[in-house]
Amino acid sequence: MTSNQKLFSEKHTTSSSEKVIKHNIPNERGFYGNFGGAYIPEMLYPNVDELRSNYRQILESDTFRQDFGLLLRDYVGRPTPLFYARNLSKKAGAKIYLKREDLCHTGAHKLNNVVGQALMAQHLGKRRIIAETGAGQHGVATATVCALLRIPCTVFMGSKDMARQKPNVMRMQMLGAKVIAVESGSQSLKDATNEAIRHWINHPADTYYLIGSTIGPHPYPDLVARLQSVISKEIKVQLLREEGTENPTHVIACAGGGSNAAGAFFHFIGNGKTRLIGTEAAGEGVDTKLTAATINSGKAGIIHGCKTLLMQTADGQVVEAHSVSAGLDYPGIGPLHAHLHQTGLAEFIPVTDTEALEAAMMLSREEGIIPALETAHALAALEKMAFKPTDVIVISLSGRGDKDLQTYQQYFTKP
Amino acid sequence: MNALQQLFLTKKQNLLSLFFTAGYPQVDSTTQIIEAAETAGIDFLEVGMPYSDPLADGPVIQQSSTRAIANGMTLELLFRQLERIKNRVKIPLLLMGYLNPVLQYGMVRFVQHAHACGASGVILPDLPLDEYDQEYRKLFEEYDLSPVFLITPQTSEERIRWIDQLSNAFIYVVSSAATTGKQQDFGQSQQSYFQRLQAMKLKNPLIGGFGIHNRQTLQQAWQNLNGAICGSAFLKKLDIAPAPGKAIEMLMNDLEIQKKQKV
Repeated sequence: MTSNQKLFSEKHTTSSSEKVIKHNIPNERGFYGNFGGAYIPEMLYPNVDELRSNYRQILESDTFRQDFGLLLRDYVGRPTPLFYARNLSKKAGAKIYLKREDLCHTGAHKLNNVVGQALMAQHLGKRRIIAETGAGQHGVATATVCALLRIPCTVFMGSKDMARQKPNVMRMQMLGAKVIAVESGSQSLKDATNEAIRHWINHPADTYYLIGSTIGPHPYPDLVARLQSVISKEIKVQLLREEGTENPTHVIACAGGGSNAAGAFFHFIGNGKTRLIGTEAAGEGVDTKLTAATINSGKAGIIHGCKTLLMQTADGQVVEAHSVSAGLDYPGIGPLHAHLHQTGLAEFIPVTDTEALEAAMMLSREEGIIPALETAHALAALEKMAFKPTDVIVISLSGRGDKDLQTYQQYFTKP
Repeated sequence: MNALQQLFLTKKQNLLSLFFTAGYPQVDSTTQIIEAAETAGIDFLEVGMPYSDPLADGPVIQQSSTRAIANGMTLELLFRQLERIKNRVKIPLLLMGYLNPVLQYGMVRFVQHAHACGASGVILPDLPLDEYDQEYRKLFEEYDLSPVFLITPQTSEERIRWIDQLSNAFIYVVSSAATTGKQQDFGQSQQSYFQRLQAMKLKNPLIGGFGIHNRQTLQQAWQNLNGAICGSAFLKKLDIAPAPGKAIEMLMNDLEIQKKQKV
């Protein structure tokens, strides 16, 4: 251990010695063990503090719970099925269930969070919503809910991503959102996030910043994890019906920022019965520069207002991530996952671009479901693990693959 | 007592400070700018430590940071540059940047090296107050470095008083809720904000920044506060001027300050 690392770990002992009541919920200061917190300039403090002091109360209020529940049921389409994948089970030699988040409106789990936060914005009396987006999935989800609730919406998107993801730009515009091209830095998700935060600094009073994943300053990681926790809540009920137990032996989910994994893990964290497996996008490989496997190749530091693991240079400059899947192409990961990794409560395995692409084809042929590229990273874990016949595995099928057809076509028609 | 604290003992008004990004426009510009600022009678300087993701900054400072990083600027190099001129210049220096590069360098090592190369203080806008208080306060005191914190028109009185208590050089008064370089002229809201601060009778001097770019903004800061910091407007001059001395001269023209009047 270098003196730097030592200092860093020493520094962390203060926060880790504070009581963590539950591993899936941060302490008062927003820390999951050593990770989380709110590392924000003073200009952001009032905005973040307003949310921090109100979110728990709003989440627990009757009106919020009622509105959120109805929208999840009738607009998002919940509960999503827990599908017993017969062919896949035979192949893996264990029972495999797919949690069908791909059947949510707009095609992914993203909408759970957006519906909740848009209602949160209304409760806080905010009149505008801003969001960042990488591939455009979170942007589309935000534009969708903002159309429904008649809230003016602005989405920040890297200019490179806009060129790569034209259909999603068109969707957002059709839904009435304003899409702003971000030209700064690497012109991708990390810079879209910076720009959204800057915009929020400049419009503190009337604007709500709707973050798309379990990242950002406290309370965002907690807020997003709670809103997505409906995924594991439903799994428990559905699995009890199917298998006579609430707890699977394994839950597998892909993790970029980590909202889908947070939701799929939430009610199983620390239960001593369920192995939680996150799959990270390794891109061309964990040991290459073209990777997004933050947990396997990153170091502790601060990105977008929270302490977590991130990919950075020795000088602490944030580096660009790479993955064939735009939704996992983020150089950080939610602080909850950094904590689960550090404590061994979850394990994170890297999956390369090629492994993910092959897994997408495998699921399409075995079960007649074309998954999103992000989701394909979770499916690829099946090839990397050994199971017992008594194992009951739930895979979060976080999104559908329509948006990735071009990538699939390019890969599978390659000579 | 560090050089910055000494300055505030003797000079209490019309202070002028400049912010620039180390390693911009050229990697060697750092020391040239410091020397030119001292010659021009600038009171103190904020030396920006470039960061890839400067959340609180507008496009001008962002671009200067991107350029400086591309030029090869690192904390190691910055300390070597400052070490080289520390016996030649007396102008008080503050290091300003984001927390992540400092944490990677190691906070203890950073504070030791900052002290060794003659810096008087550090501004890390994303360092939480409670974390400074609990984990770094003793370290800063041991090495005679002043921590400087930002306040905005939205910062509560209770928080301002806490910041006043943690500070021992000055409080950085952000003119409005906005990123750097975004402000036009100051209006009634800034005026009442500045007056509200005056009425609080804080122990630390108040230095205004964010949006100081012409006579009106400078004078309003000077009339209500102890001094002003000019950043984005200075970087714009550095970009077009042939040398740092010329850039300062151009900036002084915009601010309508006579050199003589300044000293």
